[in-house]
Amino acid sequence: MIPLSWYLILAAGLFSVGLFGVLARRNAVAILLGVELMLNAVNINLVSFWRYGDVSLMAGQVFTIIVFAVAAAEVAVGLALVISVYRRRNTVVAEELDLLKW
Amino acid sequence: MTHELLNTLIWLIPLPPLVAFALIVLFTNKNKALSHSIAVGAAFLSWLGAMIVFWNAVKTEHFGEHPFGSAINWLPTGETWLKIGVLIDPTSAAVLFFVAWTVLMIFLYSVGYHNYGQPKGDHDHKGLPPHGATVTDSHGHKHTVPSIEPMYSRFFAFIGLFAFGMYTLVVSDNLLTLFVGWEIMGLCSYLLIGFWFAKPSARNAAIKAFMTTRIGDVFMLIGIAFLYSATGTLTFREIFTEETLHVLGTVPTGVFGLSAAGLISILLFIGTVGKSAQFPLHVWLPDAMEGPTPVSAMIHAATMVSAGVYAVIRMFPLLTADFHGHELTTAMSVVAFIGAFTAIFAATIAVAQNDIKRVLAYSTISQLGFMIAALGIGAYVAAVFHLITHAFFKALLFLGSGSVIHGMEHGVLHTGNHSVDPQDMYNMGGLRKKMPITFWTFLIGGFALSGFPILTAGFWSKDEILADAFGHGHWAVFITLALAAFLTAFYTMRQITLTFLGEPRTKEAEHAHETPWTMTTPLVILSFFAITYGWVGIPEHFPVLGGLVPNWFHEFVGGTLAEHPEAVEFSVTPLLTSLGVALGGLFFGWLAYRNVTSVEQDKLQIPFLKNKYYFDEAYNFLFIKPAFWLSEVFVSKWMDKGLIDGILHIFGPITDGIGKVIRNYFDVPVVNEFIGDGSANSVYALGKNLRPIQTGRIQQYLILSMVVLFVVGGLVYFLLLA
Repeated sequence: MIPLSWYLILAAGLFSVGLFGVLARRNAVAILLGVELMLNAVNINLVSFWRYGDVSLMAGQVFTIIVFAVAAAEVAVGLALVISVYRRRNTVVAEELDLLKW
Repeated sequence: MTHELLNTLIWLIPLPPLVAFALIVLFTNKNKALSHSIAVGAAFLSWLGAMIVFWNAVKTEHFGEHPFGSAINWLPTGETWLKIGVLIDPTSAAVLFFVAWTVLMIFLYSVGYHNYGQPKGDHDHKGLPPHGATVTDSHGHKHTVPSIEPMYSRFFAFIGLFAFGMYTLVVSDNLLTLFVGWEIMGLCSYLLIGFWFAKPSARNAAIKAFMTTRIGDVFMLIGIAFLYSATGTLTFREIFTEETLHVLGTVPTGVFGLSAAGLISILLFIGTVGKSAQFPLHVWLPDAMEGPTPVSAMIHAATMVSAGVYAVIRMFPLLTADFHGHELTTAMSVVAFIGAFTAIFAATIAVAQNDIKRVLAYSTISQLGFMIAALGIGAYVAAVFHLITHAFFKALLFLGSGSVIHGMEHGVLHTGNHSVDPQDMYNMGGLRKKMPITFWTFLIGGFALSGFPILTAGFWSKDEILADAFGHGHWAVFITLALAAFLTAFYTMRQITLTFLGEPRTKEAEHAHETPWTMTTPLVILSFFAITYGWVGIPEHFPVLGGLVPNWFHEFVGGTLAEHPEAVEFSVTPLLTSLGVALGGLFFGWLAYRNVTSVEQDKLQIPFLKNKYYFDEAYNFLFIKPAFWLSEVFVSKWMDKGLIDGILHIFGPITDGIGKVIRNYFDVPVVNEFIGDGSANSVYALGKNLRPIQTGRIQQYLILSMVVLFVVGGLVYFLLLA
């Protein structure tokens, strides 16, 4: 069986890729994608800890499903916002959306 | 009628006028006819009750030993009760009789006096006497007629309350409720004398009357308190037991060598001096003439001044507690002196007065002096007798003078010359033809006051006082009163001559007019009593007449006292004296004034008498000026503005300085600048310095929060966990 650390390294890698996407990409849709990657990295962690711990306890799996649901909802809202912003400002570049500064 | 029923009835006698007062004040004020109906109806109910009680009292044998009365517990005083109750003994029954009659007559008279049924005045104001109204008759002529009093209902409310006070005083069986009635009348006299409150003279007279009687009342209250502390009761019949009186009569007080009874009597008597306008507190009564005339009759005949004498009559056993029939006690001497002095003193002033009501006012003071003097020499029955006859004929005279004034006002309205004073007797003359009923009744009243022999009531009562003074050898009192009686007859005849006889001296007097039936009926009824009431007290041994009618009054009223007073032995001297002074006074009064046509020919207009011995001026100088000085200069200027304000003016700068120090060294630098401004400034600076990091760019925020997370996480990890 593949040791647990491999999964954790994969998850960490995936999280880092997502984080980089969030911090570095200019396109708001891409930032949302980065957020999805980070959420899924967390999911991998949850599932692997479940598999390598006490399998009779369902908490890891349940949490993962909740995260899916929340992520789906969040993406739906996020994309709607992006579309709305695009309609008004004609751009989806995060750097240009700086109305909320002092 | 059973005893219980009668006792209940006595409680009820004072109530109808009080109910009338409340009803008029609260509900019927707007409706003049209803108001006077309620008031007169209430007076009638009280009169009816009084008559029933009086009749039953007369029918009862040995009534003095078995009077009517009942009492209830009122105030708990420790283990005992202060009781209040009603008592009708022969004296109060007799007083109740005249009070009921005069009150009813005065109520009825007021209806006419205040011009009921006349139109509203053109320019009448509340608080001023009515000025008359203009009416146009069927031929188109304009006439000025008397107008109705603007505060008609209020008048009836006040006299209702007044009547309540008097009835309460008469039926009460203790000094406390007597004093309550006394004070209610004091209040009402103030309200009624100042009834036309828009006249400054009426206002001043009201205040004068109130203040002057108040002086007496304070002493009276002290006397009541003293009596209560000495005996523990205020009920007459409990005080007037032999043991209590003996104890009070022998306990020395250390004040002028008086016994407790003597001192209490004198204190209570000072209350009477104020209420009955005796010297030296007589000054208020002539000024009280500012009130409407029914009020003058109410105050000077039926109620208030009689109340003063009644109080002394009530306390007579106390006054004579250590009196054994010969030497007058100190208290009695004081009473006799004040009474006799007032009698002659007021009579001399009355001679020089020209206002028809003022003559009567001084005559009242003088006649009250007769009664007080009679009480002072122990002539109890004579005093009660004179009190009652005087009430009848003086009420008659006052109402008669009101009728004269009313008639003269009619003349004044007719000519339209308002500078003519309708009360000045020198503006009258010849009124007998214009006002016959008023003339004849006034003549009866005047003759009764003068003591016209045999016929009139005043003769019998005054004669009895003189006979008593003579019979017991009180020469000073006898001579003084005889002189006063002479002056009384003299000024009465002067008044009648100037007012009614001769020819009219002014156009107004020519156009005077007889008054309506509501005013003349009371005059006729009162003149009936002014004649006949004397006949119930004819001495037994009087020549010819004596014994024809039993001396009922002496038997009846004398029964009030524990020791039935002996009737004075008949003597010719006092009889001849009273005949002489009455007829002589009347004759000289007529002789001196029959041809007088103007005030210049009046030889008795001596300034000293005319100005009432300058008593008002003297009191003004002695008491009123110092009182004003005390309040304006001493208390206001020196104490309040100088001393108290001075002290406060020191505290002012001190607190001002403390305040400035606190402000300059604590409030401004610390509270305002450091705490207040400092916190705001530092928050402002913090915000200003932190402002650049708020760029509005989401990714920079994320980076920042990551950096903070790493830094804080690192610190937590390395410093706390590792």
